[in-house]
Amino acid sequence: MLRRRVIPCLDVANGRVVKGTRFVDLVDEGDPAELAARYADEGADELVFLDITAAPEDRATLLDVVERTARRAFIPLTVGGGVGSVDAMRAVLRAGADRVSLNTSAVADPALIARCAARFGRQAVVVSIDARRILDELGTAPRWEVLVRGGRDVTGLDAVAWAVRAAELGAGELLVTSIDRDGTQSGFDTALLRAISDRVDVPVIASGGAAGPDDFVRAVVDGGADAVLAASVFHRRLHAIADVKAAMAAAGLPIRATSGVAA
Amino acid sequence: MMSGAVPARSGAHGPLRVAVVDYGAGNLVSIDQALTFVGAAVRLATVPDDLAGVDALVVPGVGAAAPAMDRLTRSGLVDPIRRWIATGRPYLGICLGLQLLFEGSDEDGAETLGVLPGRTVLLANAPTLPHIGWNQVIRRRDHALFAGIPDAADLYFVHSYAGAPTGLAGEAAILAETDHGDRFVSAIDRGNVLGVQFHPERSGGAGMRLLGNFVRWATALSAGAGAERSPVGAGGTAGGD
Repeated sequence: MLRRRVIPCLDVANGRVVKGTRFVDLVDEGDPAELAARYADEGADELVFLDITAAPEDRATLLDVVERTARRAFIPLTVGGGVGSVDAMRAVLRAGADRVSLNTSAVADPALIARCAARFGRQAVVVSIDARRILDELGTAPRWEVLVRGGRDVTGLDAVAWAVRAAELGAGELLVTSIDRDGTQSGFDTALLRAISDRVDVPVIASGGAAGPDDFVRAVVDGGADAVLAASVFHRRLHAIADVKAAMAAAGLPIRATSGVAA
Repeated sequence: MMSGAVPARSGAHGPLRVAVVDYGAGNLVSIDQALTFVGAAVRLATVPDDLAGVDALVVPGVGAAAPAMDRLTRSGLVDPIRRWIATGRPYLGICLGLQLLFEGSDEDGAETLGVLPGRTVLLANAPTLPHIGWNQVIRRRDHALFAGIPDAADLYFVHSYAGAPTGLAGEAAILAETDHGDRFVSAIDRGNVLGVQFHPERSGGAGMRLLGNFVRWATALSAGAGAERSPVGAGGTAGGD
């Protein structure tokens, strides 16, 4: 049976892992390759590496840092930030990424999703969606809007509609981040996750707001997420990956046994 | 950009020389790093001459069959790969490198290498597609490739299609299966040809163990081969259990 994945996220700025709150107030958390090796040892099922200043600075992904990180972790690596063309995606894959995440560039040019999927297969294309809740009027269903360029620019796109469109265009997975919850350790936005996971067949990665192990369980059970991602909680050792997995197993969710095989 | 010169081999005791076929289909850093980690001397092969002096061939890759076959054809590698297999030398196909062994792919109608009977088909009744993540590899029988790895170990998958072997020969090649919706074939062996649908290079300790097993199996197969290799189709289980 397919396992639910626990994914530490490396937000990288200037070659260092950083973490902020709601995408600002960045704090240094360490070297990406070192953290990647540590998380692989601790039972991470996958890693996400986001070059968070590439899009705002209009530059390409830091390929040397990607390669250095890929060589330290024998688990899958998804890389995003600054990928704006099929050629740029090819370069990131060649640097050691298994999959590539598109965000700002996909909103500007949705057909890029289809071009990348045609060239590398849809399983290699992750679309990242940074969503912010629109203040609900009383009695209305919640809505979320899409922000790009690291949460700096409002697009006016409805996050659920964009998720459906991205999957139709060829995204093989959606990484859904709640900006409201990012770095706040107030729990995942399970309503956002559920609104999207009910509408698409591709896997959904939950991101933004993880605090305790129970939050990860709720992202899967209430939000319908296939995988759960977190940064601060793991960087600052507030909870171990093993604790999160134990909580998921106790809730009856299938997880990968990591007391595995030495190479 | 990746590993440079392959060390010159003195006699038959150097590291296994593995050519990883580079046809622009995704991540070669991880397969290079993983094979090097388990003791192989890795060379990336982009043209037929790169296969000279090599002991084992690894064909990795993700994505669709048609563009992959196009690029292999343009590099002149299709016939050398077929010959490699037909002359009984060790081959490991990973993901797309396994799918290409079949006769064709339903994904885009591509005609593929035709080494194994059957086609590459969409995973049936899958709850999510693509099938991304760790899943159990359930063995039908033992093989040196899985030595020291528990049955039903979790390995990492990222794909929507898988090879479906047909006929008695196809059935006999099935080494392991995995459930995602309907059960599909996740590993095959046929003499000198091994194929896995998962990504050992991204499967942590279990994956490293499997690649180390491949290197040992291929080393034994090349050493014992000489004049009397057991080619595919001879029905053999060369280097098998």
